[in-house]
Parts: sequence; C-alpha cells; structure tokens
Amino acid sequence: MSGLTKKIIAIAGASAFVSGAAMAADLTVVSWGGAYTKSQVEAYHKPWMAKTGKAIVSEDYGGGIAEIKAQVESGNVTWDVVDVELSDAIRACDEGLLEPIDHSILPPAPDGTPATEDFLPGTLHDCAVANIVWSSVYAYDSSKTRNWNKPTTMADFFNTKAFPGKRGMRKSPKVTMEFALIADGVPVSEVYDVLGTEEGVARAFAKLDTIKDDVVWWEAGAQPPQLLADGEVVFSTAWNGRVFNAKNAEGQSFEMVWDGQIYDLDLWVIPKGSKNKEAALDFVAFSTATEQLAAQASWISYGPARASSEARIGTFHSDDSIKMADHMPTAAANFKNALQNDFEFWADNADQLNERFNAWLSK
Amino acid sequence: MVQANDPFVSFKGVQKSYDGETLVVKNLNLDIASGEFLTMLGPSGSGKTTCLMMLAGFETATHGDIELGGRPINNIPPHKRGIGMVFQNYALFPHMTVGENLAFPLKVRNMPTAEVEDKVRAVLDMVQMLAFIDRKPAQLSGGQQQRIALARALVFNPELVLMDEPLGALDKQLREHMQYEIKHIHENLGVTVVYVTHDQSEALTMSNRIAVFDDGIIQQLADPVTLYEKPENAFVAQFIGENNQMLGTVQSVSKNIATVKLEAGDVVKALAVNVGAVGSRTTLSVRPERCIVTAKKSAGTSSLDARIEELIYLGDHIRCRMSVAGDDQFIVKVPNTSGQLGLEIGALSQIGWKNDDCRALDFNEPV
Amino acid sequence: MADSQTASLEPITAADGTPLKKKLAQALFRSRVRAVSLVVPLFAFVMASFVIPILALMWQGVYNDRFSSHMPNLTERLTMWDGLTEPNEKMYEALVADLKTARADRTIGRAATRVNQEFPGTRSLFTSTARKAKKLKPPFKESVIKANKKWNNIEVWQAMKITSQDLTPGFYATALDGRYTVDQGFVRQDENRQIYVKLFWRTMLISATVMGLCLLLGYPVAYLLATLPLRASNLLMIMVLLPFWTSLLVRTTAWIAILQSQGVINDLMVFVGITADDARFSLIYNMTGTIIAMTHILLPFMILPLYSVMKTIPPSYMRAARSLGATPTMAFIKVYMPQTIPGIGAGGLLVFILAIGYYITPALVGGQDGQLISNMIAYHMQKSLNWSLAAALGGILLAGVLVLYWAYDKVIGIDNMKLG
Repeated sequence: MSGLTKKIIAIAGASAFVSGAAMAADLTVVSWGGAYTKSQVEAYHKPWMAKTGKAIVSEDYGGGIAEIKAQVESGNVTWDVVDVELSDAIRACDEGLLEPIDHSILPPAPDGTPATEDFLPGTLHDCAVANIVWSSVYAYDSSKTRNWNKPTTMADFFNTKAFPGKRGMRKSPKVTMEFALIADGVPVSEVYDVLGTEEGVARAFAKLDTIKDDVVWWEAGAQPPQLLADGEVVFSTAWNGRVFNAKNAEGQSFEMVWDGQIYDLDLWVIPKGSKNKEAALDFVAFSTATEQLAAQASWISYGPARASSEARIGTFHSDDSIKMADHMPTAAANFKNALQNDFEFWADNADQLNERFNAWLSK
Repeated sequence: MVQANDPFVSFKGVQKSYDGETLVVKNLNLDIASGEFLTMLGPSGSGKTTCLMMLAGFETATHGDIELGGRPINNIPPHKRGIGMVFQNYALFPHMTVGENLAFPLKVRNMPTAEVEDKVRAVLDMVQMLAFIDRKPAQLSGGQQQRIALARALVFNPELVLMDEPLGALDKQLREHMQYEIKHIHENLGVTVVYVTHDQSEALTMSNRIAVFDDGIIQQLADPVTLYEKPENAFVAQFIGENNQMLGTVQSVSKNIATVKLEAGDVVKALAVNVGAVGSRTTLSVRPERCIVTAKKSAGTSSLDARIEELIYLGDHIRCRMSVAGDDQFIVKVPNTSGQLGLEIGALSQIGWKNDDCRALDFNEPV
Repeated sequence: MADSQTASLEPITAADGTPLKKKLAQALFRSRVRAVSLVVPLFAFVMASFVIPILALMWQGVYNDRFSSHMPNLTERLTMWDGLTEPNEKMYEALVADLKTARADRTIGRAATRVNQEFPGTRSLFTSTARKAKKLKPPFKESVIKANKKWNNIEVWQAMKITSQDLTPGFYATALDGRYTVDQGFVRQDENRQIYVKLFWRTMLISATVMGLCLLLGYPVAYLLATLPLRASNLLMIMVLLPFWTSLLVRTTAWIAILQSQGVINDLMVFVGITADDARFSLIYNMTGTIIAMTHILLPFMILPLYSVMKTIPPSYMRAARSLGATPTMAFIKVYMPQTIPGIGAGGLLVFILAIGYYITPALVGGQDGQLISNMIAYHMQKSLNWSLAAALGGILLAGVLVLYWAYDKVIGIDNMKLG
C-alpha cells in the first residue's frame, strides 16, 4: 500500500517555518516512511538543511528498484538519494542504474580513522553507502494474557502446540526461509549453505508447512505492529525498529525475541542521472558521518554502520531512561545468535525461490 | 352454464382509488352478457382502462365486487382468470418467435406439444399469418403484430377477451380494416369482448353495446344506434358524433316537447329528454345532418335565422358553417342533391329541424 | 428518345457537364474531411495510449535483447554453437572479452539477470567472474573454469544460448509453467515451481464466482430500481452508486476492519453465540475475503447495465404473460428474464473482465490463497523486474479475455450487449 500512496512530505527549514509549497526542492530523499523516515529527518535532513540552507523533500516508497529503474530508463530522474536494501543496491549497481560513490568523500571518524576503516565490514559498496543495520526478528504482545511461558527461541515461533494462535510473516521467501531453517535446528553459520541445496529448500518448506495454516502474511512494514495490536496474530515477524517504536513511542507492550535474528543493511544510493548529484553526494557524506549516524540511533533502534558511532549512541529522544545501545540488533545480548542476510544468495535465487514460495503458498 | 339472461361479467358497486383521496371509478355497475361485444368509450382519464385492468386482475377494486360467470373474482390472480388480453403496444414477447408467442399460453397450461402445434397453426391461419410463424415480432409491421397479439389472446380459447386500445398505433386505413376483422372474429367465435377505446367511430363500428365513460361514471350504456340517435346527456351527445349545442332556459314542457328560450332570445321547441323544471337551464343538441337549410316553418319544426359563414365542399355533402342564434360555429351538413346547390357565403337563410331531432339535455356549460 | 439512348452510353452527367459520380464525390468530400478531422484526435489518442502500448507489451513478451546487446561477441559464438557439444576455447575467449566490457560499462548485471531468469543461481557467477575478468589469461577455457567451476556446467551455456536469442518463446513458456530448452524444446517446469497455470485457473474461478455473486445480489436490486417509483428508486440509486464515491483503498480497508477475526462480524457472531471466541471464522486474508471484497466493489458494474436494460422493459410484458396464464414466477423466468439477457451479458462480461485484472484488493485482503494472476504480474513488474515475463502473463490474460469475448459473441451475440 505504501508503495502506491506516495506521501510527499515537504519539510520546512530547520530554523524557520517557511511554506513548504513555496520552497523549491534542492534535494529529494526517498525512504521507507513512518518512524524510520522520521529518525532520518531528525538526524540527517534537518542538520543538513541548516548547514547548507538547501531544502529537502522527503518521499516515501515501499522498497524495490522498479521505480529507480523506471526513472533512469525514462531519463526523468526525480529522486536524488534513495534508501535501499543491500541486495537491491548491488543489483541496481550491476545494472548501471546508480551513480558510483567515491569513498574518499566520506568524512573520517572524529579520531582521524579513515572512513574506509571506520565503516563496518561489508557496508561500503561501489554505488552505495550504508547508514544502518536493521534486523528481522519476531515479536509478541505481552499485555495479552496467554497460557504460555515467554517464547525465547526461533523454534518457539514455529511451535504451535506450546504457542497456539496465528502468526504474522512477511510474504516473501527472503528471511522467511532462513527463519524456518534456524527453527529447524540449522546453525546460523550454515543456513545459506543448506538453503543452497535442493534438500535445504525442501527442508525449509517442510518446516513452514507445519505452521502454514496459522500464518497471516504481511507485506508492508507497518502491518506487523498493527496485527499484533489488533490481536489478529499472537506472534509476528517484524523489523526491529518498528516494534521498538510501537513499544516506546506508542506505548504498546510488545516484546522482541532476538534469537535467530537476520540483520541487513540499509544504504544510500544515488540514481544515475540525478539532477542534483553534487548535493546528493554531499548529503550522503554528511549523513553518514559519525555524529549523524549516532544521532539517528536516538530516534529508532537501528544500529549505525560506523564503528565510531557506537560509543556515541545515547538515549531514546523522548525517554532518557531507555539506553538505545541495548536495543540495537548489534547489542551483545541481542547478537548471540544472529545471521547476516546474504545478498548474493538472494540475487542469484530470488526469482526461483519466489516462484517456489508462491507455488507453495497456493498449494 | 351461464343462463342467457344471467350476466357473464358483472361489476357491482365497484370503486377504485389510487391515492386514497380521489375516486377514479365511482360506483360502477355494469353487466355484460355472454358473447357480447362491449366497448368502454371515453376520453383519457375517464376510468375506462382502470375498469379493464380491474377485470383483468392487474388492479384491485377498492370497493365492490367483480363477477365472472357468476363467481366473484376479486381474489383470483390474473393468471387463473382465463381472460385473453390484447394490449395497447401488443406486448408480444420480443425474444420469442411468432409461433413461440402463440404457444406460450398453451405451454403454461401443459398442453401436449403436438396439440400446441396444431392449435397455433389453426389460429395463425385464422388471422392469415401462418407464413410468419418463425419471425420475431420486431420483423413484423404494426398491423401484423396486431394480428399476432389478437391471435395470442384467442389461442387458448378464453371465454372473455379484453382489448385495451389495440388499434391506437395503426394508421387510419389499417385501423378501419382491423376493426372489421376483429368484428368478424368476434362474430365467428362467439367470444365475449370488452374493448376499450377513445375513438368513437371505432366503438360505433364494432360494438353491440357501448359504455360511455366520463369522470369515473358511465354516462350512457346503449347500442350504437341508440347512443347516436338518442344521447341522454350533453356529454354523450358531444362525444358521440358531431352535434350543435345551444344553451337556453326551459319555458314550458308538454307531451315530451319542451319550449326553450335560447340565450340569444329565439324560442325553439325540442324533445324533452333530460330537463329539469320550468325555468331550469338546458343544453339543446342537434345533429348537423338533421338541420335543413331554407326550411319553411311548419308544424313540428323549429326554425331560426342563419347566415352562411363558410362552405367546405366534401363531395357527398357540403359542410356549411353558419351563424345561428349568436353562435358562429353552427355546422350544417347539406346533402349534395341537385336542388341544394347555390349556397353562398354571406347569404342569409333559415335553418330548421324537426322537434324530435333537437334534444333538450342537461345543462352543460361549454368549455 | 434518340437523345436519351445515346446519352445512356455516356456516363450520366450533372447539369454543368461533369460526370455525376465525380460531382457526388466532390460534394461528399467536404463532409468526409470534417468527419475524419473530428475522429482523428481520438484515434491518435487511442493509438498512443492504448494500442501501441499493448502492442509494445506483446512484443516485450517475446523479444528480449538484454543478453545479446551486452554480450555481443559471445552471442555470435553461441549462435554458431549447436548447444550440445562441449563449449570451445573461442566461446570462452568471447565470454571473457564481453565480461570485461560489461564490467567496465556496469552492464554486467543486466546480462546476468537475464541468464538467471533461465537458469537460477547463475547471477553471481557472472558478476564474480566479471570482477576477475581482467586477470584472466589464455587459455581462457582453463582459467575461466578455474575462476569458477560452474562454467564447466553445460547447462549454463545452454541457458546463455537460449537467452542470446532475442526472439524467444521462453517467457510464454515460463508463463505457462514450462521451460524452453536447447535440446528438448518445451518441457514442463519442475512441479514445485509450477504456479502460473494454477493462478490463471484460480483467477478465472474467482472472477466467475464474483460475477455470479454480483448477478445474484445485483439482479433483485436492479429490478427494484427499475420498478420502484421515481423518488424511492433515486434514493436506492444513490446507495448503489455510493461505493463509487469512496476510494478503493478506503473501502478495502473498511472490509479488513469488518471481516478480520477480531472484527465486527466475528465479534457479533461470538456475541450471539454462533461461534466460540477461540474458533472465529477466517473471513479475510484468504479467498473468502477476496471474493467478498471484490463482489462489493464490482457490484455497481453489474447493477447499472441490468438497470438500464430493465428500465426499457414495459410492465405490459409481465401482464401479458400473466393474462396468458403464467404464474408470476413463470412469467418472470420465461418472459422477463430472457429480455434482461443483454444486461446480464453486459454486466457479467464487465464484472468478469474487471475481476480478472483486479490487483489491489486481492493484494490487501487475499492472504495466501486469494491472490490472482494480476498480483503475479505486478510482482514481476515491480519486484523481480522481469518485464518480459509480466508481458507474457499479461498477453495470456488478454488472449483469455478475447477468447471469452469470442465465446460470448457466439453464445449470446455481442450485438445483444447493452452497457447502459
């Protein structure tokens, strides 16, 4: 839904309330909407506008590279900076849809460490610079009384005997199949090796078969908190930042289970032929500086992509008692059994597994 | 079953109102004999069609009883009344062929297929439309559709057939032809027909009896001759055929002959048909063909001064518009006999009539 | 008379001596020009906005030059190759040359994605080998296979041969759960990847069900609309049209609120005691939800054509049927209903065709078994970016609609359709 209803939010300057409509867009930044976009507006957009005096128009989208492809191929590029997932960044880069980003423009850490060393491994690419680490986990509503103990493992998500009720899952083989294998006892380090075989795929589907009748499939990131709040499902897979915000900003009593989390990156990319390329590069460099990444973490529980930012993560913007560092996917307590999404595996197998997933769904 | 003297159809004190405020039919009492061709004649809004629809069962009487063959039929639904009906727009089913249209009433009666076939062919033959059995109604002319509609209303041998202005959509020549045809079919089959029309010549041509409707009331119920020759009130005299009406006051009545003083001052004599006491007002009615131009006054006749205003030559007669007693629309039909020629516009003459030909009726203010 | 006989041999002329035919053509020319100039803008618009895009779509379903345009040398070699023998050194050489240029041009992903569509799992083979392409030395066959042993798999080469053909039946084969191979021609797709044929059938089934429900629910409403007095029917008409005035998304979201397991209907049923609190009905996120929501949304498209037909049927037909001895039911079935067939046909066809292409509603309320083929088309347009496959799926859908249209014409007759 969010992909279709592009909400165009014109943001007034940080200092003054200038009419949004009267202000020309110097830069169009596209992201995923909701609490996530808000965290970026607060931590990146406003300081950048204050610094440069230029205006940013923030647009929402639902992910994927279809729109970028359409803009680039039609020669009418209206997006300047886009927040994309890693596999999409790689793919779009390979297809020549993105501007290359010279890593030397990225500012060094405050202690002088060059950016290329300060960024976490795998977060810098030819055409993309990561800003956050986010994670897929599952969550439940602890305010609803149920006759069971607290779930603690990924296996519990698939255990309908001990934890009866509907489950929300993303309607996509990505993450879903990894979860199934983790729940079936595959160590996180071997998940993609197993999934790369025919037996592994069959094993994942077999595990999913055990809960298929109880699954409510979601497609937009805003859905899981809603499904949980409505009592439509007892568990739902979700993006950790969304659950965190539903809990701390909207007062929902959601709990996350970090076991078997699958983390991924969100990266800034610049569509090829951007009309404001210079400003876009400046924005990317500015927003991925140590301080800005650390500032974003006080708005949403996604981990910064720089090592030097971690020490500077503060408290939740509206509640000083919440130490954001504890809620990051990369926090030690949460990171015990974590898997990084393998973008190459998915770039190779997304089409095939999507077909099989859809065939399985409609069986 | 039905005795010759017993009415076949009988309206008893029937009233009908659509809105609960005004009566469309006011206290209708009417008996129709078996085998009769009865026409309900009247202007639109007179209640005649409503009466027909009540008889067919598509409208319910607000009050009173309708009997068919001695049985009250108020609570019998239309499809069980066994009454054939011909509609104003024919209502031939457009998705069926002529043959299927005719077979419809037989099939709903579960008649065996072979019998249906014979029956349909026979009735089509009767209306000389057998060649069109496989056509769709839309492929037929108006007159042909009319015959099929008639055949369909007759094919299941109803004892009573209702016709609601069935010839209204046809041109004049075809209409006259169909009038004779319907009349002959009626005579041959002996079926009872109730026919609704607003066309008085149609009514006169076909009917055994005519009920003239106006304002929800039967104004006169009589055979065509009586209706034309002896209208009982000013409405009927006006509605049936042509007539000249003069308003006046009754001066005296003796031996059925009333002496009436016209509003222009002339005094004439007329047959007292429907007049009140001396001094009451009355409408005199004279048929144009009963007036004689340049008549000499003689016993049993009235005569008035007249001036010729307009002459229309119509072959068999001359239509002569005159000013008589202050009315310049007085029409006289002068037969085209050798002695009558020589009329001239502006010429003054006398016109007259036999006292019996001028009927003194109820007072009816001309509109 | 002699004059007229000689004249009859000559062409008939107008008063000024020009031949009558020519004169007539001159007289008609102006009105023709005017008629054409009135139609031309619309015609151009329809061509530009409808016919040409559809043709382009059809074309995209069978034509894809992503591989050949980015791997020109290899394409040339593959064309010569028989597809069965071991790939030779020349082919490897061409491969390395093309990988080098594609890497430099940043177009390697395009060719790789195309091959990956035919042979899943090969995308990274291209991108990773392309990264090393500069360092590869002759003999290329050896060094390429050393770089990645998957190149030794002849199926990779066969897949490349298939994709190197610009004009390909491959996408239509995929859209029909098949595969086009070099050696065997068309083969069935693995059973666990068969999806599209099933979805086509489900789309037909759901559309037919929705059409049937719309007819069932819409017919009495249309009848009421056509027979009620004007004031009452106007009010009813407003209620029928009300859904048109609210956004599709709002309506669909409203259905979610009503039908979900914690929603109004289930709450009501639990309250009344029809069902237990822990056994609530699944009315949404499945086929039931799709059918309910689509029936609601498409209902006006059934009612309006039905109404417009019924409005023209005078009440005297029913009266005639009853006077001829038919019970009200029989009169309705034998006389009234056949005359509404043009409306049933128009409404049915309209609802069916709209339902076949429906996509937002099933996406939102369809869950796993309420998805239609259009959701798959949208997926390939927006997510997998396999536009050729989307085009092939769309082409099959279009062909299906045309077949239905043809069948409709045969059975009922297109002239009988009345759209209002």
